[in-house]
Amino acid sequence: MAAIEPMKQFMIQKIVDGPKLRMHGVRIVDLSITNSVLYMLIAATLITVFFLVASRRAVVPGRMQALAETLYDLVDNGLTGAMIGDKGRPFLPFIFTLFSMIAVMNIVGLFPLQFTVTSQLAVTVTLALMTFISVVIIGFLRNGLGFFKLFVPSGVSIFMAMFLAPIEFISFMVRPVTLSMRLFGNMIGGHVVMYMFASFVVGLGLFASHGGLASLGYAGSALSMFMVVALMALEFIVAFLQAFVFAALTCTYINDVVNLGHGH
Amino acid sequence: MDVTAAKYIGAGLAMTGLIGAGAGLGILFGNYLQAAIRNPSAAAGERPMLFLGFAVTEAMGIFALVMAFIILFVKV
Repeated sequence: MAAIEPMKQFMIQKIVDGPKLRMHGVRIVDLSITNSVLYMLIAATLITVFFLVASRRAVVPGRMQALAETLYDLVDNGLTGAMIGDKGRPFLPFIFTLFSMIAVMNIVGLFPLQFTVTSQLAVTVTLALMTFISVVIIGFLRNGLGFFKLFVPSGVSIFMAMFLAPIEFISFMVRPVTLSMRLFGNMIGGHVVMYMFASFVVGLGLFASHGGLASLGYAGSALSMFMVVALMALEFIVAFLQAFVFAALTCTYINDVVNLGHGH
Repeated sequence: MDVTAAKYIGAGLAMTGLIGAGAGLGILFGNYLQAAIRNPSAAAGERPMLFLGFAVTEAMGIFALVMAFIILFVKV
């Protein structure tokens, strides 16, 4: 029986060797095409092809166009419109790209033997830092030094503010940590749990084949099989939901700095 | 005590964080359902917030899971 190695599916493997660059400050940057890079390219290609095919601008939309329009409407009205308001329109491309990229990377990873890009902490941290840094830059561009009003809740006395400002500052600074850990943890957790239950199916089945009292293992094996199917369904929901939540939280953070001082 | 044994016990203890996540999710969905039954017409509008709350609450449990993974698999 093969060893149970739940973390092996997240290993990075080189596919095409690339040049190694020496950069100042960083030791070596390896530009090889790994399976992570490959699946990011696959996700980007899928999104591009889907939206090129789907947006034929028919008056009566077909199935593909209806799906594309639903997704676009979900982000346009449901996220930027509802959370940021009219000032949120300029951020729609960024948020829609983030949403579709994460959703497709999550969903591609759910198919058997495919690699999940978002199960790499490096990828999710990059996405979260990109969001965080752009929020800080937007905040300073829109509000100047008034950006620091973000850390002082309105309507509190000066003594309370002295206590609250450090807490608000810390909660602002841990945003990229929670944002990246949430996506990474959900993906890696879901895949490991599915792997464990799938290994129960095989393991208990083999154990039951000894006969006698051990044949009770067939029941456990069948139960695990149902569990794998149920978890698979749950993971498809989670894959979509985590992309939605990432986009929603990005909207909330942008809303904080764009509508600073009013609206919350 | 053997280090490997301590590792497994630590990973198990780290998963107690899920108690809070479970209780939180119960409160969240219970209260949503209660409000939705009282005023069904307003329920659909609050569903995005429900899922946002779900994800934020669940993240706490996921952090515990990540801690358990770090204890189990990260070689120091």
